Amino acid sequence: MIEVKNLVAHYGSRLILKGVSLSVREGEILVIMGGSGSGKSTLLRHLMALETPTSGTIRVLGQDVARLGMRQLLALRRKMGVAFQGGALFSSMTVGDNIMLPLREHTSLDQKTMEIMARLKLEVVGLAGFEDLMPAELSGGMIKRAAFARAVVMDPRILFCDEPSAGLDPVVSSALDDLILKLRDAMDMAIVVVTHELESAFKIADRIAVLDHGEILFTGTVAELRGHPSERIQNLLNRRMEDEPIDPDEYLRRLMGEQKDRGAAA
Amino acid sequence: MAPSISIGAVSRVLERVGRATVRGLEEVGTCAVLAGESLFWLFYGPFVGQPVRAEAVLRRMMEVGIHAIPIIAVLSAAIGAVLAMQGIISLKPLGAESRVIFGIAKGAVREFAPLITGILIAGRSGSALAARIGTMKINQELDALEVMGIRPGRFLVAPALLAMLVMVPALTIFSGLTAMYAGGLYVGIDLGISMKAYVAGLLEALNVGDVLHGFFKSIAFGILIAVIGVMNGARVEGGAEGVGQATTRAVVQAISAIIVTDMLFVLVASLTR
Repeated sequence: MIEVKNLVAHYGSRLILKGVSLSVREGEILVIMGGSGSGKSTLLRHLMALETPTSGTIRVLGQDVARLGMRQLLALRRKMGVAFQGGALFSSMTVGDNIMLPLREHTSLDQKTMEIMARLKLEVVGLAGFEDLMPAELSGGMIKRAAFARAVVMDPRILFCDEPSAGLDPVVSSALDDLILKLRDAMDMAIVVVTHELESAFKIADRIAVLDHGEILFTGTVAELRGHPSERIQNLLNRRMEDEPIDPDEYLRRLMGEQKDRGAAA
Repeated sequence: MAPSISIGAVSRVLERVGRATVRGLEEVGTCAVLAGESLFWLFYGPFVGQPVRAEAVLRRMMEVGIHAIPIIAVLSAAIGAVLAMQGIISLKPLGAESRVIFGIAKGAVREFAPLITGILIAGRSGSALAARIGTMKINQELDALEVMGIRPGRFLVAPALLAMLVMVPALTIFSGLTAMYAGGLYVGIDLGISMKAYVAGLLEALNVGDVLHGFFKSIAFGILIAVIGVMNGARVEGGAEGVGQATTRAVVQAISAIIVTDMLFVLVASLTR
């Protein structure tokens, strides 16, 4: 479904991804796990073809996204669904209109059919009867559910979820995990979830990729991850801080507010 | 020590000027790209299944145009009356008060109608456009559109630009007529000139060139307001505060651009007369 090879990405002059290779198989839930600043959001943006990599290739559904023309990219995007971290529902539209937007823009279905399809997806995510509300009238968990409904309304082959449990209480976030499993079983799509929540990752993942400081440390099943011998991975799993060695001169320079030159910083 | 400090200060100032210039050029470039992209979608969109929706354009037109009619009417009437009063005051010493009609006609049609409309729409709709697009950006709604296969340029920018292109000239015509009518009312009271004679005077004073001058200006202002609003919205960074700053910048830049463009129009018109 997705093949990433040696993906290198910069943000400005800062190196974010240092040669990431990754694959997503048909019908699996791959969880990309990592702490803040590990580069997981950047990786996700690259998978969605929202950024241009410095080097490396990304193949989605067999197509190299960097080589696609505008038309082909638009066609490819119709086969992908994305549930953004904050939901990213359009605040000027009702929940129903939000969910119908992809249908309205990409199909020539009549209004009645689109409404039925939207209600169907709302049923799936457990928001039946909420189609006439505005996003501002929904709770955080409901917004994420509505975002899931919008993401799957075109029956995508791949679903991306950015931090589905961020900012939610444990009960609601666990319910969202169930929803992800349900969606995969009901619609048979590959799902890529980016999260920093261990519990959630262990619950839903078929395979886990651990990203740390822009590198993939590990890819494999939950059981393999738990039994992995690497200290770095065990530190991540047990939420131990890694002590970085301190260089006294460097430390003093930082305290004095002296900048290293940009090249060195990058 | 002293010379090295002053060299440092000079180079810092130069650096700041240089950076500001580059940033300014970059923004002008972004505006041009946005305008080009919108036009591209207007004409090319229907062929790639990305048409600019009439519904979206009409909604923007309501916001930009129809809802602005009351305030435009009030301001234009005020400007028309001011033109009449100031005209009479300045022409009185020459004993040529009745020539004020000439001044009202030329002033309203060539200058004040497009300018007042442009400034008002910049404040009302240019800022709203920047705020809307900026908010959408920080809420990842622009990314959401992009990954849904809906180009923001087509979905958001083209309708806004088209609405401005239609409504700013339309409002300018309305503004000009209102200003002249209000000027006529004052002239009637002060100089006792009948409305019929006043209208005849207006028609005698105005020619096609005056009308076209005002019309082309209003089109230019409409484009400026739209692209400056969108450009500032699209560059928002740093949350709600960023949106606020972008909104302010959009208004200030749009009004500055309108006034400078206005001057250029008049300059060209004077040189080619």
